[in-house]
Amino acid sequence: MHVTHLYAKTFQRNIFPKHPTRTNRHCTNSLGSIGEKTQTAENQIQWSFGSILKILSNLNISSLAKHSIETQTLKTIDVVILVLSLTKMPNVQILVNDFVNQLRKRKIEGSQATGQQTAELLRSVISQQRVPHTNQATTLINAVRAVGEQLISANPVELAVGNIVRRVLHIIREEDLSLATAAIAGLGLSAASDDEDDVERDDHHGLSAAAVAAAARSTLRLPSLQTLLEDTSDPAAIPHTSSSGGESEGKSRSVEKGSRGRKLKHDVIEAVNELIQDISTCYEQIAEQAVEHIHQNEVILTLGSSKTVLEFLYAAKEKKRSFKVFVAEGAPRYQGHLLAKELAARGSQTTLITDSAVFAMISRVNMVIVGAHAVMANGGVIAPIGLNMVALAAQRHAVPFVVLVGSHKLCPLYPHNPEVLLNELRSPSELLDFGEFSDCLDYASGAGSIHVVNPTFDYVPPKLVSLFITDTGGHNPSYMYRLIADYYSADDLVVKRRPITGS
Amino acid sequence: MGAPKKSGGRVSEDPDELVRVPLQAILLADSFTTKFRPITLQRPKVLLPLVNVPMINYTLTWLESAGVEEVFVFCCSHSKQVRNYLEKSEWLSQPNFTVTTIESQNSVSAGDALRLIYERNVIHGDFVLISGDTVSNMSLTQALLEHKERKKKDNNAVMTMVIKWSKCNPAIHQSRLGTDELFMAIDPNTKQLLYYEDKVDHSKGTLHLDKSLLADNPSLALHHDKQDCYIDICSPEVLSLFTDNFDYQHLRRHFVKGLLVDDIMGYKIFVHEIHSDYAARIDNFRSYDTVSKDIIHRWTYPLVPDIMSFQNTATKLERQGIYRASEISQSQTAVVGPCTVIGCGTKIGNNTKISNSVIGEGCKIGSNVLIEGCYIWDNITVEDGCKLQHAIVCDGVTIKSRAVLQPGVILSFKVVVGQEFVVPQYSQVSLLQRPVEEDSDEELEYADSPSAITNKVEESDPEIVSQVSETHCSPDSELGTGGVGHIWSTYEGGHEEEWRHSVAPIPADKILEARKTLEDNLELTLDSILPPSGELKPNSIESDEDNEDSKDDSDYFEKEVEATFLRAVQENIQVDHLILEVNSLKLSYNKLTADCAGAVFYSMMKCALDTPHSSADSLMQNVKGVFTKWKKALTSYLHGDDEQIEVILKFEEMCLESTKEFAPLFTTILHHLYEEDVIGEDAIFSWEDEKKGADETDKVFVKHAQNFLTWLKEAPEEDEDD
Repeated sequence: MHVTHLYAKTFQRNIFPKHPTRTNRHCTNSLGSIGEKTQTAENQIQWSFGSILKILSNLNISSLAKHSIETQTLKTIDVVILVLSLTKMPNVQILVNDFVNQLRKRKIEGSQATGQQTAELLRSVISQQRVPHTNQATTLINAVRAVGEQLISANPVELAVGNIVRRVLHIIREEDLSLATAAIAGLGLSAASDDEDDVERDDHHGLSAAAVAAAARSTLRLPSLQTLLEDTSDPAAIPHTSSSGGESEGKSRSVEKGSRGRKLKHDVIEAVNELIQDISTCYEQIAEQAVEHIHQNEVILTLGSSKTVLEFLYAAKEKKRSFKVFVAEGAPRYQGHLLAKELAARGSQTTLITDSAVFAMISRVNMVIVGAHAVMANGGVIAPIGLNMVALAAQRHAVPFVVLVGSHKLCPLYPHNPEVLLNELRSPSELLDFGEFSDCLDYASGAGSIHVVNPTFDYVPPKLVSLFITDTGGHNPSYMYRLIADYYSADDLVVKRRPITGS
Repeated sequence: MGAPKKSGGRVSEDPDELVRVPLQAILLADSFTTKFRPITLQRPKVLLPLVNVPMINYTLTWLESAGVEEVFVFCCSHSKQVRNYLEKSEWLSQPNFTVTTIESQNSVSAGDALRLIYERNVIHGDFVLISGDTVSNMSLTQALLEHKERKKKDNNAVMTMVIKWSKCNPAIHQSRLGTDELFMAIDPNTKQLLYYEDKVDHSKGTLHLDKSLLADNPSLALHHDKQDCYIDICSPEVLSLFTDNFDYQHLRRHFVKGLLVDDIMGYKIFVHEIHSDYAARIDNFRSYDTVSKDIIHRWTYPLVPDIMSFQNTATKLERQGIYRASEISQSQTAVVGPCTVIGCGTKIGNNTKISNSVIGEGCKIGSNVLIEGCYIWDNITVEDGCKLQHAIVCDGVTIKSRAVLQPGVILSFKVVVGQEFVVPQYSQVSLLQRPVEEDSDEELEYADSPSAITNKVEESDPEIVSQVSETHCSPDSELGTGGVGHIWSTYEGGHEEEWRHSVAPIPADKILEARKTLEDNLELTLDSILPPSGELKPNSIESDEDNEDSKDDSDYFEKEVEATFLRAVQENIQVDHLILEVNSLKLSYNKLTADCAGAVFYSMMKCALDTPHSSADSLMQNVKGVFTKWKKALTSYLHGDDEQIEVILKFEEMCLESTKEFAPLFTTILHHLYEEDVIGEDAIFSWEDEKKGADETDKVFVKHAQNFLTWLKEAPEEDEDD
């Protein structure tokens, strides 16, 4: 039933049905190409017919289409899907506006939710973007950039938006390159004409086709330790890079020129799906590492509330580790109260303290574990207000300061960049009651007005951070720039469209 | 808990229902007042920029984010401008948010507007009633839920008003928004609004509550520190109520008060108090200033400049609350102080100082200019050396070099202030003349307001008076050399209130004075009131007045009785009838029987005196004659000793003051009265006792009657002897 549900969901989002999980990818592939049907795929498709029919009847799609689904010919399903996506085509702009509005009004909170929704939005943007026969990658990149620019300016403080936009751009470039190299490998001649548009990579194509095919993926990014290792061991089955699926398909369908556009789009969407999946499961992957870091009878200190931290602590608890948690309440929003409640409900030994008691308690603490809003390229952390104080206290008492971050929070920008807005001042009403102080706010009678400042974030410099735990493992702050180089391409650091692209 | 449980099962459906029935809102894009004149002569109030964004944008943004799906914008004055603005803006093309304009040229009040909307029949469910000059970031869901829950239980709960705790300046009886102190009585349990009064006469220092309020409600909280946010959640009945009561004009003064007073229909109004959210309506220049500052201080988050100005140009928030848009050219030596907003494309010259101000787009500000607490809109030129304090400067104004704007000045569109000209405080300058005929319709809102609001403090303030004459003296059509525009002469009554509603801070001396008078008043009230409750105070005053009145009353009463008696004598009316008439007088003047006895006796003696007589003997004969005829009239009031004593005292008083002729006859007449059984011996003795402690002068008649008294004391012994 899980698959059925996913089917229904993806349908409603007016995109080609894609299965976010890797096991289901076979199924989608077979939807695209009639020839390759695996047994499992057929089962799953049959399974989800019920839900497709429901959606269709909701949308008043002609009975002909319904009939064709009932007859279960895969080709017609493909057509129906196409029809569906076509009928809902103009919705993209509405979706974008809607999301921009929500971002502007600060209705979406938390980098995880923002990141996921951004990725989902960009997925629909890509799926509905008509691609010409040439310049597919550039078209897609421009489309994503145009949307991305709007999204970023809608809430410049929410760095996750920019991160995801850049990740998607990076995905497009990678998929395009891997397709191109595959094409060169298969059909050396056609590749040159196809890739003329990709100016940046022209120099690579000057090399011999075979060399490019081998080296393309590794030259694209800086040779990080991880990729070097992976490339030597097993290049086909890298568990968490986005292009692994594309290669196998590339071999099967690289010949037909017209299908290449669709192929690229298809692969990009695959990869974006994977990205969405990564974002939604990053807790689990971080939490898996919990036992390696939390030892028996330790005292952990955290501040405010973070879902990642909660899951992390809970995972350690599940593995029969017994430890104590001090929760600093995290004024002025007091989300620490919620975390303490949640932890207590799950049976942890929890102590709630005020933020100002952190220094008093830190000497008893073995490790500080906190969440973050974003991690900058230099390893500096943008985190909920009050964390810098905690970090300083931890440093003073030589307590390890560990930051848990999902990879979507890695920001390729540096904090000294004036483009980066590091903080947001929220309403003073979180600090004090308007009514109580309204006489001090009576500017007219000059009764001395209070200016209340309520910043949301703190900046914790990299030297105060002992360890980052991401979904790919633990990293030192000084390693962050290499990790970031794996996820982003240098061309995308400035998302703002260059004036030429508009014409 | 049975009923809530039942609905609890449907809770999952309820939010869905809320979504399905589209939430509607009526936005009144006209305040139906003239408080923003002269600016509103040229542009509707809702389009005036508030921190560089038209006011209506704040309201619409809030409505959209609060989940309202359909908004009817009611425009009246300058309706075309409003419509054009909306057409150009993106509001008409929002996906889940429809904005429809309703135009009317002849509506003069909110009541008219709602009646018109009722005729259009566009409102189908609960709706939000709001004015287009409201800034808020509150979440409606809770208030809406409460409203719907109440509506389910009680069909008469037609409206939920949103209020917010905000202290009032006690000295000048004014909220921080420049509105008058508001008194509300709220049932603390049900949150029902029981009393609403925003026009309280502070000179008396009392507030009158209907006694039935206290009798009908088990508990009642009287607030004076709540601010009315002018956001109402209404049931559709509200519209029909306006149609039924065609004389309802003002939302609060007529509608709310009308419903509260009218207990026949039993409609109820409830309040919803917001705490962490912000909501305020811009009612006058003072609230324009206050709300602007609240926005800059981010109380309205997320409706703050760096987020609101998204469409046009990105504005960035810097330290100390300085908001800067893009493309600003600022001289190195210019100083921009805290809490300032600067719009895009503005140029600022050398050594210019700006603080606590809002500056719009495309302004050119010269060198050595001082700008403090001003609201400067778009495309304004300020030449070198000007000094601007607490002023509102509208689009296209030019202020020539070294001109000075004193606090509270309003410069309307495209005015030019001449070189070195000093615009006096609180003056309003416009290219247009003040409309000669004060449009009575537009004045409607304040036409019926009690003039008692005028504060006694300023009436006696010579400074203000001199200011008035100064303003009058300044050339009406001239603003210095090269100036263009008219200074509006301030009309009587409006002027002394000027400092209350102006953008300039309230002068310290005004507050001091107000505080002083307040203290004086307090002392006064403390002297006059014994019980601490404010309600009992008027009664105590009344009783004082009663005492004064009673003196006049008894004089009148005596005269009436005398006249009646004389008439009875002349017309020979029967004694019984006379008694009847005196009785009716007694009732109408609310007198005791003793008073009647005194009065009747007085009349009888007077009558005897008036009858012609030659000597004391003949006078005595007259007295005897009168008594034989009218004795019954007197005796019918002499039930006990008290009345008889009263008669003796009266007689004594007469002998001393009015009719001295009786003085020698005092004992004789007293004896006669005794013999006639008008006065008993007990009464005479107690009269004597009473007089024992008195002054010598008072004892004259007691001595006079000493013989009679001793005889009287001996008499019973004689009786015993017999």
